[in-house]
Amino acid sequence: MGLHYVELFIHDGKFWDVFQNTVILGGLTLIFVFPLPIVLALMLNELRSRRFKRLAQTISYLPHFMSIVIVAGMIFQIFSLQGTVNQIVERLGGDAINFMQQADWFRAVYVSSEAWQTIGWGTILYLAALTTIDNNLYEASRIDGANRWQQTWHITLPGIRPTMITLLILNTGAFMAVGFEKVLLLYNPLTYPTADVISTYLYRVGIVSSNFSYATAIGLFESLIGLTLILSANAISRRTVGTSLW
Amino acid sequence: MVTIDPVVTIDPTALRERIVQTRPTVVKDTAGYSVFRVVNAVVLIVACAVMIYPFVNIVAQSFSSEGYINAGQVNLIPRGFNIDTYKTVMADHLFWINYKNTVVYTVVATSIAMVLTTTYAYALAKKRLRGRSFFIGVAVFTMFFNGGLIPNYVLINALGFTNSIWAIVVPNAISVFNLLVMKSFFENMPEELEEAAALDGLGTYGTLRRIVLPLSKAVIATMVLFYAVTFWNSWFSAFLYMDDAELYPVTVYLRNLLAGASTANSVAGGVASEGLAQSEASIQSVTMVLTVLPILCLYPFIQKYFVSGVMLGAVKG
Repeated sequence: MGLHYVELFIHDGKFWDVFQNTVILGGLTLIFVFPLPIVLALMLNELRSRRFKRLAQTISYLPHFMSIVIVAGMIFQIFSLQGTVNQIVERLGGDAINFMQQADWFRAVYVSSEAWQTIGWGTILYLAALTTIDNNLYEASRIDGANRWQQTWHITLPGIRPTMITLLILNTGAFMAVGFEKVLLLYNPLTYPTADVISTYLYRVGIVSSNFSYATAIGLFESLIGLTLILSANAISRRTVGTSLW
Repeated sequence: MVTIDPVVTIDPTALRERIVQTRPTVVKDTAGYSVFRVVNAVVLIVACAVMIYPFVNIVAQSFSSEGYINAGQVNLIPRGFNIDTYKTVMADHLFWINYKNTVVYTVVATSIAMVLTTTYAYALAKKRLRGRSFFIGVAVFTMFFNGGLIPNYVLINALGFTNSIWAIVVPNAISVFNLLVMKSFFENMPEELEEAAALDGLGTYGTLRRIVLPLSKAVIATMVLFYAVTFWNSWFSAFLYMDDAELYPVTVYLRNLLAGASTANSVAGGVASEGLAQSEASIQSVTMVLTVLPILCLYPFIQKYFVSGVMLGAVKG
């Protein structure tokens, strides 16, 4: 048998399509979704009303507790032809768009819903890191004439840098496994051209078409990439900034 | 916890003198910062509104009549208020069977997971355990690498777990994250306590049951909630390993509603839903509301446990 199935997927054009989709979807998620909790944490940190802060946290954590099926249901409704997004589009003079049936829109829908789900919960570790920053640093910088923006840039951000890097490494490791269950719930044959990722492709090849060996080869390849990504991200961060997972 | 390396290195004594000298001056906000605070608050209010909107929307839809929903007129408040859709959904026999399944799966799976996680974590927390680093490594390795979907599928089939609760329970019985949280909690427990218990003649299990567990109520509560919410929300194991609609949890019931609606709209074929085929938006909304209801009711009380659990995990992270 040997590497028969590995050769098979290397020469499979479909595989490279879904590989490309995976990298794009994972990359977009990392670029757009990863920084959001940092911004939200900094904004929450500037609030003086404790009650408002706690309320904002309670609301923003909520999506984290929802089943992915519920999230998918909400996405279908909000982006449906009669849904809120299309009502806004029509109010602004546009034509209703069938978001869930168009490959061009899948990535936008996916990334925005991902932001909605993770932004609040992601702030927890940053908010914790923010409380560990020594207040004397702020006082000293104020005496030296630093304004709030300079304080944020030179004290706050370096203060939460280790947390940022740790989470970045972990997110990089999960890069190839982009929300398998969510894509599986949201996509349909019309959106396959952009939505189909490695994990959903191997699900269809393996489970739906019962081509076990071929799907396993793809799955192993995917796992190896994930492992390589997290090991190299960790190594790079240890060399350059001295933060490491283990 | 993460250590902070301050970039600005200042001689601490000189700093303290300067602070003492200048303390009486109250720092006043600059005009620019006052503007920023207003903008900040407004942006946060808008962000919170956007975040909570989908929930309000499904509740509004669940009480609205289909005509208004199809006309795209339901946003924040129900239009054509009625509870007929609730009656329709609740009259569906399959919905209740699946709902009851979710409750049973959650209770059984959480109990089993708690027993396994607690005992494994307790053993790992003991420095004297022979092969300790190996047993930790075995668990942590699975966080970063696994065989993948198909080998798992083949394994579960070969074990004869299909169409049984074990397909849901066994593969998810230990969450490595939860395991590490509990391990670090047990490690921080004073050793003297257990030594005293041993002197008083308690064995390993006696110590665990009568000394350690009563002192770990907070972490146990957190873990129970972590597991319970995960199992309540899970759908994929059941979807993958069960083909009898009477065994599905309610999440799979909802998934089939969504898939049925989606295939009705799209030209392509797919899995048709069982029970309420060709579901309408209001039926979907009602099912969603009923599924999240238990979590929404508990949420205000459990939120702080979750946050503390994440923090505990980060200590070791």
